[in-house]
Amino acid sequence: MKKSKIIMIVGAILLTSLFFLPMWNITLEAPQYPEPIGMNIYINKFQDANPNDIKNINIMNHYVGMKDIPEVIPEFTVFPYFVIGMAILGVLFGLIGNRKLYLVWFALMIAFGSVAMYDFYLWEYEYGHDLKDTAAIKFTDEKGEPMAYQPPLIGNKMILNFKAKSWPRLGAYLMFLGMGLSVFAFYKDKKEKNE
Amino acid sequence: MNTYKKILGYALTLPLLFVVGSCGQGGGNGGALGSGNAERVYVAPGEHDEFYGFISGGFSGQLAVYGLPSGRLFKVIPVFSVDAEKAYGFSEETKPMLETSFGTIPWDDSHHPDLSQTNGEIDGRWCFINANNTPRIARISLSTFETEEIIELPNSAGNHSSSFVTENTEYIVAGTRFSVPIPQRDMPIDEYKGNFKGAISFIEVDQETGRFDLSFQVIMPGFDYDLAHPGRGASHGWMFFTTYNTEEANTLMEVNASQNDKDFIAAINWKKAEELIANGDFETMATEYAHNVYDESTQMATSTIKKEVRTLDASKYPGLVYLLPTPKSPHGCDVDPSGEYIIGSGKLSASLTAHSFTKMIDAIENEKFDGDAYGIPILNYDDIVAGVVQQAGLGPLHTEFDGRGNAYTTFFISSEVVKWKLETWEVLDRAPTYYSVGHLMIPGGNSRKPWGKYLVALNKITKDRYLPTGPELAQSAQLYDISGDKMQLLSDFPTVGEPHYAAGAPADLIKPNQVKLYKLEENNHPHAVKNEKDTRVERNGREVHIYMTTIRSHFAPDNIEGIKVGDKVYFHVTNLEQDYDVPHGISMIGANTSELLIMPGQTETFVWEPKKEGVWPFYCTDFCSALHQEMQGYVRVSARNSNVPLKWSLDGE
Repeated sequence: MKKSKIIMIVGAILLTSLFFLPMWNITLEAPQYPEPIGMNIYINKFQDANPNDIKNINIMNHYVGMKDIPEVIPEFTVFPYFVIGMAILGVLFGLIGNRKLYLVWFALMIAFGSVAMYDFYLWEYEYGHDLKDTAAIKFTDEKGEPMAYQPPLIGNKMILNFKAKSWPRLGAYLMFLGMGLSVFAFYKDKKEKNE
Repeated sequence: MNTYKKILGYALTLPLLFVVGSCGQGGGNGGALGSGNAERVYVAPGEHDEFYGFISGGFSGQLAVYGLPSGRLFKVIPVFSVDAEKAYGFSEETKPMLETSFGTIPWDDSHHPDLSQTNGEIDGRWCFINANNTPRIARISLSTFETEEIIELPNSAGNHSSSFVTENTEYIVAGTRFSVPIPQRDMPIDEYKGNFKGAISFIEVDQETGRFDLSFQVIMPGFDYDLAHPGRGASHGWMFFTTYNTEEANTLMEVNASQNDKDFIAAINWKKAEELIANGDFETMATEYAHNVYDESTQMATSTIKKEVRTLDASKYPGLVYLLPTPKSPHGCDVDPSGEYIIGSGKLSASLTAHSFTKMIDAIENEKFDGDAYGIPILNYDDIVAGVVQQAGLGPLHTEFDGRGNAYTTFFISSEVVKWKLETWEVLDRAPTYYSVGHLMIPGGNSRKPWGKYLVALNKITKDRYLPTGPELAQSAQLYDISGDKMQLLSDFPTVGEPHYAAGAPADLIKPNQVKLYKLEENNHPHAVKNEKDTRVERNGREVHIYMTTIRSHFAPDNIEGIKVGDKVYFHVTNLEQDYDVPHGISMIGANTSELLIMPGQTETFVWEPKKEGVWPFYCTDFCSALHQEMQGYVRVSARNSNVPLKWSLDGE
């Protein structure tokens, strides 16, 4: 089998790492948390970075009226199908060996990835803005508007006494690598044809 | 301009020179800052101490945990005395810990903490400590820093030569200070001589759980048994006890028990005792003693009365005990790290006696005896003595070792610590204490492997050392650096109660094993509730059980109605927190008991017997969170004959 095909297939299979590796992580740091509290996001679940972290995040956040981090969100049922679908599609494209399909696969990943990020943003927005009226502590921002507690989409942000860090984790990096491999497979195939 | 720069340069260099110059001077003449002593005990904010120090509270009945070298107090562990702060002895769960065959006893005198050992080295598993007054031994977990077990010792009185561990923590050994009639009986006091006996208890320790089993007692002549230490290395299998009152006096002891020129160190061959027990060569004696165990799983203590004990009469079994003549009412009985030298501190003399284990065995094998006491062979002093530290000071009490061939002995009367050399028996250095030092401690200083960096002297009297606090003054501990040739006093700090005796260990041995919280799913307390949905109130006649939870920042339920005057109300409170260092407390107005202080994942219970109608509040006593002050609730108490139904809620639900 041509090397480019193998590269494409490997790239597609790397996607399946999302089933057992976290895709994203949100960590909260504060002086009174010498061991920061955090949550790992998988395609099908939220998980404590350390035991009880989500419970403790919920306890912290309830004072300002934030709702509990849900145990299940609709995305958890959709994402696994999407991931397995894209992996199968990628392997299929690799077997077919048409390099244009590699780029199609890459483009699909970009498109779906963007939708997923937008979805993640919406969830974060909702989580950070939809506060209970009965909140014990109601802060306002400098404009006098009710304070929002939305974590950053990606990067670091100070939210009151917490530094919120939102960054991809190994699962996402392997996915990025897989996407990169599909583009690499495209050029490799081109080169192989020319030889 | 250049001149100006030069001056500035000098000015900046001078303090640097001063700092450099002051390092390593030690001495002490220039005060703590001038000598650099302050830096040597300074542990910067957020940094940890190098050693744990476990210092007994003496008449406080507790055990205090300090950091060394800083001298900072971290925790007072309640052991033999009630502690309202921690609900120890007040909560339903811990009340059984203070049960004895005499009933509940809220206080004792805690004397000699000792740390568990493996191969003669401190292993960081448990701390043991004795109650002197009503004889008991306690085991404290060094992962939770809680008292987990207390066993009472029958036939014992003034449990002083305790609680010392053998080389692999096979046994905790506990000798009686007072000899008494065994078994206890009504008889004239002045018939003491020949009739009173001293019991020495060997408590077997389960290596997995640490649980005690009073394996056997050696019944000794009616002397007073003062202190003890185990053999190690070649002398492993032996235990050595100092004795006084070999005169067997029963009155005006300060005179009548101080007449003999030599008393004894009793050497007990406990391997031999084990053989006798295994062969069935023992007498089972009817008695009564309490055995109290705290179960970490159910989070409850239970107290059981045991009814018999196996005894070995020292007079009857040749080879079980030998007596080593030792000058003048020896107090400390200390074995050097090699196990060869047994140091007796004749507290009414000016010298220290070191016996040689090799010579002792040689004398025993050649049966070179100098008479006997109640059938127990007395060895010949000259045959067994290895050396004497002559005129070292006045009133030697206790010796520990630095692992570099040096020994350090406290002298109560001359109020000093004296450093001397093993095998040459020469005095190397002496340092004053302020004042009247009793015991001393070098971390691991009574084991095969001392960490000979610091020495802590434990003083009985402070007089003018601190800001005065009326007639009752703090007692103190003093920290010396012993890493160099000369001992250097670095600091002193006041202590809890009487700092009678201490044990120390490197922090690295203990820190990694710390329990940070109790896992809710492992909480098997019979009255635990693991979530707010299961909280409830149940009535059973006049008994009411409230199954309550705490989480930041509320109780569930927090409104309770239908309680009646004359009820006995049990608050079973589970702390649902699963975060490090988030305890909640609870107290009820008018409850005739203490608060509860409940660790994350823990369940505790207090009892309230409402006496008056009304609406009575309770609240959280531990500053748990920003909304701590709002963490409160009400109980409605109605007349005995009222029809108010039993009802409970949180936020109307």
